[in-house]
Amino acid sequence: MNIHEHQAKEILKKFDISVPNGAVLFSLEEIDQNFKKLKTGKIVLKAQIHAGGRGKAGGIKIVNGIEELKKEAKNLFGKKLITQQTGPQGKEIKRLYIEETCDIAKEFYLSCLIDRSSSKIAFISSAAGGVNIEEVAKNNPEKIVTVKMNLSGLVNKKDIEKIVRPFVLSEKSQKQAFSLIQSIYEVLIKKDANLIEINPLILTKDDNLLCLDAKINFDDNALYRHPDILSLKDFNEEDPIETEAGKHGLAYIKLDGKIGCMVNGAGLAMATMDIIKLYGSEPANFLDVGGGASKEKVSAGFKIILSDKSVKGILINIFGGIMKCDVLAQGVVDAAKDINLSIPLVVRLAGTNVELGKEILKKSKLKIISADNLADAAKKIVEGTK
Amino acid sequence: MSILVNKNTRLICQGFTGAHGTFHSEQAIAYGTNLVGGVTPKKGGQIHLEKPVFNTVSEAVEKTQANATMIYVPAKFATSAIIEAIENEIPLIVCITEGIPVLDMIKVKEKLAKSKSRLIGPNCPGIITPEECKIGIMPGNIHKKGSCGIVSRSGTLTYEAVAQTTECEIGQSTVIGIGGDPINGTSFIDCLELFLKDEQTKSILMIGEIGGSAEEEASEFIKSSKIKKPIVGFVAGVTAPPGKRMGHAGAIISGGKGNAGDKIEKMKSCGIIIAESPAQIGQTLYNKLAR
Repeated sequence: MNIHEHQAKEILKKFDISVPNGAVLFSLEEIDQNFKKLKTGKIVLKAQIHAGGRGKAGGIKIVNGIEELKKEAKNLFGKKLITQQTGPQGKEIKRLYIEETCDIAKEFYLSCLIDRSSSKIAFISSAAGGVNIEEVAKNNPEKIVTVKMNLSGLVNKKDIEKIVRPFVLSEKSQKQAFSLIQSIYEVLIKKDANLIEINPLILTKDDNLLCLDAKINFDDNALYRHPDILSLKDFNEEDPIETEAGKHGLAYIKLDGKIGCMVNGAGLAMATMDIIKLYGSEPANFLDVGGGASKEKVSAGFKIILSDKSVKGILINIFGGIMKCDVLAQGVVDAAKDINLSIPLVVRLAGTNVELGKEILKKSKLKIISADNLADAAKKIVEGTK
Repeated sequence: MSILVNKNTRLICQGFTGAHGTFHSEQAIAYGTNLVGGVTPKKGGQIHLEKPVFNTVSEAVEKTQANATMIYVPAKFATSAIIEAIENEIPLIVCITEGIPVLDMIKVKEKLAKSKSRLIGPNCPGIITPEECKIGIMPGNIHKKGSCGIVSRSGTLTYEAVAQTTECEIGQSTVIGIGGDPINGTSFIDCLELFLKDEQTKSILMIGEIGGSAEEEASEFIKSSKIKKPIVGFVAGVTAPPGKRMGHAGAIISGGKGNAGDKIEKMKSCGIIIAESPAQIGQTLYNKLAR
């Protein structure tokens, strides 16, 4: 789960990490009272959306005084911001963050994350801050320092020294860096974060470290033990259909093609999308119905797939293990009748009770095209939607 | 021979009397697995599926000499179930449960490193040596004793590969689902190493998916291995968009890393034959072996 920058900074503050003074705005009416809280005349106005690349896309402005702030805020509220991470449809700006400005001497990069391949916690640091770190990693890998560590109460001194070495700090700011690293580590462990990224971390002209931007991603599997984090979820940032699917226990992701698919298991669902492409068409979605697909679940699946108007046909691919093919087939027949399905439907069943399942499809008198295997299924649905 | 499990495996089930534990224990027994008992706290002393129930893993191990356990407890309790099994030195722990927090898995990995146990999973279908021992949720009847070792990050896609290798009469030595989470107990490399050393295993199928770099690391391992066997690979998610979690917690392309195309290129460059279509996994292996 992702959160907004202003929420991430709020969390960092609770762990005694220095961030600029700021306030969040949900409407233009809130500007007057919040502007008073800031001490600098020149302030930064930042669009709050769950995507990077906001600056280049015009989502971050430096303004002088309240009149200019009001003017720029009016421009940004409700605007669709298109950044390199949002896709061409962009994201609507529904909240803004205003912040005090500061004099920047240097910009660094710092992140703390779960490293999958070593099963450790890793810190990544670089003196090349404020820019896209993936590009730095690609073009100047020597400018990036990675330090991996085991789980423990504190980060040890030697590791911290390695992490902050690229920053080349004075004694004063070095001391701040030491406590910053400990605190970030603490946030990751205590809040079950997958990633905490400070880009840029800045050194001000008066030699203080400050987190100018902050991005935190949390482990979905651990949200059950962090109701405080879960409450930060912004449903405006989630795809409403994906949220709806989640309520029915379905994992759904919309794609750009015209063949809808419903599959049991995430790996097989991806493989089904891939084979549709291999046969010359494009999948309209990823949909994993999970373990037990009842009539209700299949119905919900159909409705969700069909909410996408570009869908011209549906492929159901089920490899029955725990899920019995006859139960699934009955669910498909009932659901198809219920919603009066009018586009081509190809069903491929395999595994437990496959013969019984095929018999039910045949007897249903619905126009269901039965397929014998994965290749046959892909071929039939691609031809059927040409 | 096979790897990790066979007809001599003495299995217990943690979460034995729950709905999932009961169903899959029944299935395991019906398949011929030597299930010797199970654990459910506060239900010790009962008999379930004609097998003894114990309050703790320690008691179960003492009374049954179990050397493997399968875990079907909810995610909130699964971490402590795994740790209990590690502390009682059970050699093979198979955790089917989905939804374990990743930090809990780091903790588990640190304990595993200092222990005598191996963990398969979590969030996996389990492990099976056909016609001998089935530990997990896979349908037993699609398997056939044979010569191909299969290792996969997926569940139903593994069944697809199994069915295809059964159909073309190659059969399987052992099939392992290592799970779809970002951090798992047993890796591709661990399984490949065992398969390469196993005499019954004449060929290997490796089924990966987007996210992380496990396929790339496994490819490097294959390239540097002295023992060579024909290996066929498949990677799911060529059409998956970046930044989206595709069902599995670990299946996500992030920061330009973990996409299927890069994995496939790497696997090819290390001598792994790639099945381009998920419908051609068995056939690709068959063709390679026939040559």
